[in-house]
Amino acid sequence: MPQSRRIFLRNAALAMVGIGTAPVWLERALYAQGSPSRRKKVLVAIFQRGAADGLNIVVPHSEQAYYDLRPTIAIPRPGSGDNAAIDLDGHFGLHPALAPFKTLFDQGQLAVVHAAGSPDPTRSHFDAQDYMESGTPGLKATTSGWLNRSLLLEAGKASPVRALSMGATLPRTMQGPIPAIAMESIGNFQVKDAAAAKAFESLYQGSTDQILNGAGREAFEAAALLQSIQKTPYQPATGANYPKSRFGDNMRQIAQLIKSGVGVEVAFADVGGWDHHVNEGPLLNNLLKDFGQSIAAFHADLGDRMEDVVLVTMSEFGRTAKENGTRGTDHGHANCMFVMGGNVQGGKVHGPWPGLATEQLYENRDLDITTDFRAVLGDLVTGHLGNKNLRAVFPNYKGNVLPLLKA
Amino acid sequence: MNRNFHLAVALLFCAALVSPIAAKKPVKPVPSVQVPQITADQKLDQLLNRLTFGARPGDIDRIRQLGAEGFVNQQLHPESIPENPALEVKLAPLETLRMLPSEMVVKYPPAQQIRAMAKGNQPYPTDPETLRVVQRFIDRYKAKLAQGKPDPDNMTDDRPPADLEKAAQTLAPADRQTFQNGTPAQKVALFESLSATQQYNLLDAMPRGKRQALYTVASPQLRRRIQLLQGGPQQVVNSDLAEGKLFRAVYSNRQLEEVLTDFWYNHFNVFLDKGADRYMVTTYERDVIRPHVLGNFKDLLLATAQSPAMLFYLDNSQSVAPGTDRKPNGKKPSRGLNENYGRELMELHTLGVDGGYTQQDVTEVARCFTGWTIKELRGGGVFQFNERVHDQGEKTVLGVKIPANGGINDGLKVIDILVHHPATAQFVSKSLAIRFVSDNPPASLIDRMAATFTRTEGDLRATMKTMFDSPEFYAPASYQTKIKSPFEMMASALRLTGADVDYGFNLIQQLNTLGEPLYRKVEPTGYSNKGSDWLNSASLLARMNFAVALSGNKVPGTKVEAKPEIAQMLGGPNFQKH
Repeated sequence: MPQSRRIFLRNAALAMVGIGTAPVWLERALYAQGSPSRRKKVLVAIFQRGAADGLNIVVPHSEQAYYDLRPTIAIPRPGSGDNAAIDLDGHFGLHPALAPFKTLFDQGQLAVVHAAGSPDPTRSHFDAQDYMESGTPGLKATTSGWLNRSLLLEAGKASPVRALSMGATLPRTMQGPIPAIAMESIGNFQVKDAAAAKAFESLYQGSTDQILNGAGREAFEAAALLQSIQKTPYQPATGANYPKSRFGDNMRQIAQLIKSGVGVEVAFADVGGWDHHVNEGPLLNNLLKDFGQSIAAFHADLGDRMEDVVLVTMSEFGRTAKENGTRGTDHGHANCMFVMGGNVQGGKVHGPWPGLATEQLYENRDLDITTDFRAVLGDLVTGHLGNKNLRAVFPNYKGNVLPLLKA
Repeated sequence: MNRNFHLAVALLFCAALVSPIAAKKPVKPVPSVQVPQITADQKLDQLLNRLTFGARPGDIDRIRQLGAEGFVNQQLHPESIPENPALEVKLAPLETLRMLPSEMVVKYPPAQQIRAMAKGNQPYPTDPETLRVVQRFIDRYKAKLAQGKPDPDNMTDDRPPADLEKAAQTLAPADRQTFQNGTPAQKVALFESLSATQQYNLLDAMPRGKRQALYTVASPQLRRRIQLLQGGPQQVVNSDLAEGKLFRAVYSNRQLEEVLTDFWYNHFNVFLDKGADRYMVTTYERDVIRPHVLGNFKDLLLATAQSPAMLFYLDNSQSVAPGTDRKPNGKKPSRGLNENYGRELMELHTLGVDGGYTQQDVTEVARCFTGWTIKELRGGGVFQFNERVHDQGEKTVLGVKIPANGGINDGLKVIDILVHHPATAQFVSKSLAIRFVSDNPPASLIDRMAATFTRTEGDLRATMKTMFDSPEFYAPASYQTKIKSPFEMMASALRLTGADVDYGFNLIQQLNTLGEPLYRKVEPTGYSNKGSDWLNSASLLARMNFAVALSGNKVPGTKVEAKPEIAQMLGGPNFQKH
C-alpha cells in the first residue's frame, strides 16, 4: 500500500479509536500493521475446477512412458523447441505457458507437489470437488469446508473480512462456523444506493433482534471497511501485471485486501474450464497462461508481504495418463499442486513419484496418488495458520503431514 | 388452565377426525403445557407467515372471515382450493414442467447429444421446433470443427457482423429498417409477424446483447426461443423448473402445499447439476415429492428411494454386491458397495444423526439396497431392481434380521423399519417444527407431534394438524422470530407488493447472490431450516440491494407499484423475519 494511504487509513481509524467507535478488530489490525511480527498469516486457496491435467502442467519429461502414452498431446522434452517443457530438476518440467513459475521456482518461492490428490476413487467432478472442498473424502454430509474449519475462533471481535472468497456464492471450501464473505468484487460489497444505505444502517442499529442487529452491524462495518480502501483506484506494485481476466481480477483484489491490512486470514478463488476431453493442447495453453500470469502477478504485487502469505492450488482429480481418441484426456486420479510463499520450501518437486508404467498406474489408467491432498494442506494449516488441531480440520484423516514450510 | 384444557380436548378431537387409524388404536394423551399465547389477530398473522409465502394485501381480511381453524383446514386440503387462474397462465408456456424426462431429452436435448447428432452418431430430432434450434447448434459446431477451432463445445459465441447483415437482407426494406434501428417494442412486433424459421434466423445472427434487450420485452414464446438459442435447450429445462417454483410460491392459492413442497424437496434434497439429474429433478419434485407432502411419510420415503433422481444423486444406482459386476473381459470387478444412500437415508431422511444407528447399520442398509438402480439413464431414467447385482445374503438392520434371498423386499423392509422407528417420528417432527414454529422448538411440541406421527403411522397431515393446533405454535417466542430464507424473503416481498412477475430470470439470478440458488444445494443436507443460518453480512447486503432494486422497478421482468418507503421496509430488519 502506498505510504500516504496507509497513513490516511490509520489516522482515520485511530480517530475512530479515539472517540471509542472503532471495532476491536480494526484497532487490532491497525496496531498489528506497525509491528511486522504480528502481521496476520494469510492462506490463499485456489481451486482449478474441472480436473486439470497435472501431467501436462508439471511434465515428467524424463519418463519415456509419458511420451508413449500421449503421442499427440505430450509436452516435448526441454530444449526441443519453443513449445518444449521448461526443466525444473532434470525429471520434471513446467508447461511452456507457465514460464513465470520457473522464476518463482528458482527463487525458492514456489514448490510443486506431484502425484497428490484425494484418495476417494470417484471420477465425478461433483463428488470429487465436494470431497476436496469439505476436506472429508467419502463423507458427504459434512456441512462445512476445510478452509473455514482451519480458522480458530477469535477471542473478542474478529475482522469482518477474515475469511473471504471471490464470487457471488460462498464456496463449499469456505462454509462453516466462522463468518465468511463472498464478494463478486470489492466495489459491489455495499448497498448501492447511498440514501437507502443510511436508512438501513439506522434501522438495523435500532433492531432489538440480536441476530439482525449483529449481522447488520457486521455488514455495514465490512462495507465501510471495504469502501475505505478504495477511495483511490488500486495501483498494483510495479511488475505485477495481472491479465485482464476473471481470475486475474480476483487475484488482484485478494492482493489489494491483504495489502490494505484489513484482517484477511484466508481467501479463496476458483478458475474453471480444465475439463479437456477434446483438443486439449490449445485450451490448456490459454488457461495456463492466465493461471500462471495471475499468480505470478499476485506474487509480485505482494512483494515482501509474501513472507506472511502462502498460496496453494488444487483440482478435484487429475486426468488419464493415456490420451484419448480426441486429442484430450478423460477423468483420472492424482494431480499436481502448487504451493507458493516466502516461507515455503520452494524450488523443489515434493512427493514420491509413482511412475507411469502400466503396473504403476491407478486402476491401470491414472497417475496414482502418493500424497494425500490433506497432507499438503496439513502443514499449511498447522505450521502457517497455527491451528494445531488438525483432527478438527480433517476429521477422517489419519495420515502424516508433508513438511512444506521452512523450519 | 381452563383454556388449555379445552385446547387439549380440541386437539385430540381433531386428531381423531383427521386420521381413521386413530380410532382403532388407544389414544395416549400427551400432557398439555401452559404456554402464554399471542393475541387473536397475531394468531392470524402467524398463520399467514408460516403457512404461506407471506401475506398479500387483503389476505388478513380473507383469513379473518375463514377463521384460524377454517384456514388451517383449507390449507391442509389443497385439492379443495380452486387454483389461481393467473398462475395457470404463467405456467402454461413452461412446457417441460408437464413432461417426462424421456420426453424432455428428446425435445430439449443436452449438449452432448447435439454433438453426437453433429457427428452422425444420433438421429436428428423429429419435432420441428427442436430441429430448428438443434440444427443451428449443429451447424455452428460443424463450422467450428471445419475451421479447426480448438473449442467447438462453446456453441453460443456471437456470430460475425456479416451474418447479421446477411440475415437482415432477407427482410423487406421497411422491416430491415425496424430490425436495425427500431425500438425493442417495434422489433418484437416485427418478430411476431415472422415465421418461426425466420425468427430463428434473425435471432441466431444477433449478438448476445441485442438478443437480451429483446428478451425483456418479448412474448413468452419469443422469450423461449431466445432462451433456447442463448443457453441451449437443456438450460430451458432448468429455467422452467426454477421459474415454475417462483410463480407457484408467489401466485398459488395452495400456499401450504407450496411451502411443504419446498420443505420436503429440501429434506430429500437432490442437486440439479449432477449430470443426469438435470433432466430428472422436474419429475422428482412433481411426481415424487409434491403428491405426498400431506400424505403418508412411508409413501414419500419409498417414492424417493425408488426415484432415479435420488438413486443417481446419492450413487445407489452404482452400488452392487461385491463381485457381482464384472468387466466384459471378466477380470476385475469394476464396482462394489456404495454406502452413500444408506448413510443419508438414516442420517438425513429418517433417524437423524443421533438416531442410534452404527456404521455397521449403514453397511447393512447399503447391502439391502444393492440392485436398486436406474435403467435407460440416457433416455431420462426409470427405476429398476436388478436382481443380478443384489446382495442376497442375510442382513441385520438396527437389530432386525433380514433373511437371505429377500431380493427387492430387503430394501422395502428397511423402509418399513425406519418409518416405524421412534427416532424417525422425533426427527421428522423436529424438522417440521423448526421450519414452521421456531429454530429451537420446545420438546413438548416435538413429543406431541411425534406421538401423532407414530399413532397414525406417518400421516403427515395429522402431524401438521397437531403442530398447528399446539399452544407452542402460538407462543410469543414463536411469533415474528424466524429469519426468512432468501427464497421466502423474495417470495414474501413479491406477494406483499402485489408484484406482477412476467418472467423470473432475473429474480432467479438474484437468488444466487442472496445465497439460495434454486435446486442447487450441493450437499444432501439441503438448505438449512434454521433461520439464523441464513444471515451473514454479504447476504444481508444482498437483501437490502434486492429491496432497493425491486421497489425501484429495477428487476427486469417484475413490476411493482414503486414507492421509496417500500425499499426500507423490505430491506429492513423486521421484514427479514416472519
